Amino acid sequence: MHFEQLKFAVLWIVVTGLTGVLSAPAQADEFTQADLNRWQEQYAKVVKDGRELWTSSKLGSNGVACVQCHPNAANTHPETYPKFQKQLGKVAPMWEMINWCIRNPLEGKALAADDYKMIALQAYITEERRGVKLDPGKH
Amino acid sequence: MNKSINRRDFLKGAGVLAAASALPVSMVELVFADTTQNFSFAYISDAHLQQIKGTKFVNNWDRGLIRAVAETNLLTPKPDFILFGGDLAQLGKKAELDHGAEILSALRGNKVYHVMGEHDYYLDLGQYWETLFGPQYYSFDHKGVHFVVLNSILTYDDWTYKRWPTAEQRMLEMADLDNPNGSPFMVGDKQREWLKQDLAKISKTTPIVVVSHSPLQKIYKNWNFWTDDAEQVQALLRPFNKVTVLYGHVHQIQYNQIGNISFNSVMSTAWPWPYPSTYAQAEQYLPKLTVPMNRADPFFERDATGWQFINMANGNVDMRYNLFSNTSRTVAFNTKTGEPEDTVFQSPDKRIPPQTQY
Repeated sequence: MHFEQLKFAVLWIVVTGLTGVLSAPAQADEFTQADLNRWQEQYAKVVKDGRELWTSSKLGSNGVACVQCHPNAANTHPETYPKFQKQLGKVAPMWEMINWCIRNPLEGKALAADDYKMIALQAYITEERRGVKLDPGKH
Repeated sequence: MNKSINRRDFLKGAGVLAAASALPVSMVELVFADTTQNFSFAYISDAHLQQIKGTKFVNNWDRGLIRAVAETNLLTPKPDFILFGGDLAQLGKKAELDHGAEILSALRGNKVYHVMGEHDYYLDLGQYWETLFGPQYYSFDHKGVHFVVLNSILTYDDWTYKRWPTAEQRMLEMADLDNPNGSPFMVGDKQREWLKQDLAKISKTTPIVVVSHSPLQKIYKNWNFWTDDAEQVQALLRPFNKVTVLYGHVHQIQYNQIGNISFNSVMSTAWPWPYPSTYAQAEQYLPKLTVPMNRADPFFERDATGWQFINMANGNVDMRYNLFSNTSRTVAFNTKTGEPEDTVFQSPDKRIPPQTQY
């Protein structure tokens, strides 16, 4: 037996050995329609929560809502991030720009990058811009 | 026609020289042989004064209107009158309308004509607004021009009177621009009948200026950049030689020509709105004539807001937009093409990067 063939045989034994230990494992391509539905529902829920935050005054302190300047999240350009933000003086991802808006026109407190509200806002903005081609760095 | 163009500095007096360097107020005035027919008026619109609590109001929106009033007071020659284009308040509250009336009361020595906006109306259906500013629709004549002010933000009785548990809820539903629970705007049968009778007394050669909050044309229904009975209103205006429609509501520079009717929008002192084309999910009908307004610096609080000075020397309007921190723009009626056009940027190869930004 050549060396290459030997390696293959050893790997084969390890793999079959493992599958023998684990009972009936799911293959990567074995997710079902139920899985797809669940993932879509989860996404739709986060988008819906994002829309609710977008149209409410909960994010700030002065009663101003994101939707006042950005109906349907228009003019937010999620497909152009990361990009240079003049007021931050550096290339920034979208969540930093959202925080700029929360702090300034909305006079609110900035959210953490992984705050559920921040994720929901980004999900809503991006959903409204679906189908537009990615164009990072563009204004 | 014997006319010359004379450039004048619109600010006078040493006391305002410091301000003059900061404010983009200067003006080209068309001077006619018969100078008695020249006149101009200023147009301030869409202040959206929003109460936070008690005497606290949203600072950005307040500053926009206060600044427009201050600049209008610096104008020379003085405009003959001032139009306020609606949406003085954000949620139609007495406190907001009172606050707006107080800021506008600083306008010196000029008659102010008011237009009803949906943000002024849907809390109490215009009752308090009427006590402050008078009737919701009316007409007046000024130096040979017939002005008609319409309340174009009315909608179906069912929506207005039957759908909502409280007046506050009705106001909130109409205040959101992209709210699917909203309803299209219209002038309505009763007011159109009034308009028909009002215009019956006017000679067809008299220049007509119709002032409304919504566009009296159909641009984008989802955001109510739309008036549902626009065609019926336009039909009443068709017999006249020179007709201009001026409207607020859209918070952006737009202009159009439909038959003999020129349409010009006025800007907001509160905040700019995106052009409908920036929303990827629906079709829109922004007039092809329109050159988008400059968004050079969205992080400057007054960016893409402003007010405008309107000249009516030729019976059609020339709009001079004062853009904060930007070069001013003029959209003038071109008598050769019979259309309004941007005097600098109309040709696509003359546009600057901020006008093509999406």
